[in-house]
Amino acid sequence: MVPEATFTSYYGRPVLKAPSWHPADIAGYLFLGGLAGGSSIVAAGADLTGRPGLARTTRVGALGAVTLSGLALVHDLGRPSRFVNMLRVIKLTSPMSVGSWILTAYAPLAAGAAGSDVLGRWPRTGRLLGLGAAVLAPALVSYTAVLICDTAVPAWHEAYPDMPFVFVGSSAASAAGLGLLTAPAQAEPCRRLAMFGGLLEIGASRRIVHRTSFVAEAYRLGRARTLLRAAEGLTGFGIVGGLLGRRRHWLSRLAGLALLAGGACERFGLFEAGMISATDPKYVVVPQRRADLH
Amino acid sequence: MIEDNSLFGPVDAAPNAGDVAPPARVGFFTDTSVCIGCKACEVACKEWNGIPEDGINLLGSSYDNTGALGASTWRHVAFIEQTRPRPDDGHEQVRWLMSSDVCKHCTHAACLDVCPTGALFRTEFGTVVVQDDVCNGCGYCIPACPFGVIDQRKGPAGDRNVGLAQKCTLCYDRLLDDATPACATACPTESIQFGELDELRVRAARRLEALQNAGRSEARLYGEDPNDGVGGSGSMFLLLDEPEVYGLPPDPVVTTRDVMAMWRRAALAGGALVAGAVICFLGGQP
Ligand code: SF4
Repeated sequence: MVPEATFTSYYGRPVLKAPSWHPADIAGYLFLGGLAGGSSIVAAGADLTGRPGLARTTRVGALGAVTLSGLALVHDLGRPSRFVNMLRVIKLTSPMSVGSWILTAYAPLAAGAAGSDVLGRWPRTGRLLGLGAAVLAPALVSYTAVLICDTAVPAWHEAYPDMPFVFVGSSAASAAGLGLLTAPAQAEPCRRLAMFGGLLEIGASRRIVHRTSFVAEAYRLGRARTLLRAAEGLTGFGIVGGLLGRRRHWLSRLAGLALLAGGACERFGLFEAGMISATDPKYVVVPQRRADLH
Repeated sequence: MIEDNSLFGPVDAAPNAGDVAPPARVGFFTDTSVCIGCKACEVACKEWNGIPEDGINLLGSSYDNTGALGASTWRHVAFIEQTRPRPDDGHEQVRWLMSSDVCKHCTHAACLDVCPTGALFRTEFGTVVVQDDVCNGCGYCIPACPFGVIDQRKGPAGDRNVGLAQKCTLCYDRLLDDATPACATACPTESIQFGELDELRVRAARRLEALQNAGRSEARLYGEDPNDGVGGSGSMFLLLDEPEVYGLPPDPVVTTRDVMAMWRRAALAGGALVAGAVICFLGGQP
């Protein structure tokens, strides 16, 4: 245990400014972007292994998720009409800049893949576009971890080694959930992917939550704690339900829903913990004082 | 190009941003030991920069009814009342600390590093400024700043910069006309000093020495060291207590120091995802 520390502050006021991001927009974006990328990977796998039903629902899911996530991003801007200013520059030091370019490249590919599948036109082009989307997907689902960690928000910044693993695990689990929900008959690989992604999400998330650091406490407080616990329960249920649901499609579907809900709770929980750590000056002052001693 | 000290460590700010033959870097030295808490700086800043009113409240924190730096507060005078025993006879005595805070115009400015539109830029004077006509209000700079300086302007409705990130420009417009920033001009005690950064550093060191020689052992400089976590500030301070007493972070580090390590972790995780997915689709039962 880290001992309770004494610290001074200016009338208890925050040292940092908490993000002005609306949780529904930005935590929602983290979830939907992850779902989109994960779904593109599942769709490509399904396509290449002859599971057209699963390929179709995950392609459509990827397009739906990326569309909603883009809308959430634009909605959160102080000047939504200036959205295109995101594409004025390319900056490696700005994960949001990198992400804007990834999204810009990814979204048309996802749209083409879904469009060709649903319309039944240009199957070969559609397949290529789908594979292209899957190639970009790992970047799409992991850059968002860098996005939140590359801030002065103590709980996010210190978690940067583990955060991308939570994000990719959670994305895989959510996409597997979508597959189990919409195409249980062809979702055999999704059962395994749910286990892989779900366990990665739970394991990496636990590393963050139970880190021996003063700041990690923020993950164990209030709504962050509730959401992260719910995430773990739902994801755990989803993994087991997926494995037991081979002959019970209703159970597969239920597991799929649980995985999706678990993924959403995970992102909202991580988001909330960041807010807690940004608003209380002790999470800024105490660790910086400790670093002083070394 | 990212070079050794592009993201961390001591550099000259404007040349590091690619400026060829810029003028000398300028900044503020705020000597809080002579601040009288008149708030002329707050007023002059608002007047010159056309900043809207952002709350007329009684905050119950001594004479500070401004609260904190923010989108519409680019200078903020902190007031701290302390009761402590006098060194000679132990008699309880009240002392008042006052300090005018401002954007640090960091050598390595996280706000600027993470800005996705290029709205935040490094001026030829080495300062950090938001271009109001480029910013789209994404808000990324806000949690990036380790000092809690920059914020999104929320109102009043009709103000032309509502929705945009706003902070001190170190009076960029005045600098272009060889004029001193409004706050430093208005300060009646020269607590806020404006000048070339190198010269201010010398002045700050001299003032610190003088105070310490006079027995003020609690005096210290803040933000003057180019080897600190932000590569040194463009605004340095002489404080009479720990930084956190004034609401300043004691040892801030620019978040982008770690950004390349973050990308590497993300790449590793992305690779793990691909490997995991391949195994899930190829392994096991059909
Ligand atoms: S103090 Fe904050 S807003 Fe000012 S330059 Fe540094 S990071 Fe940017």
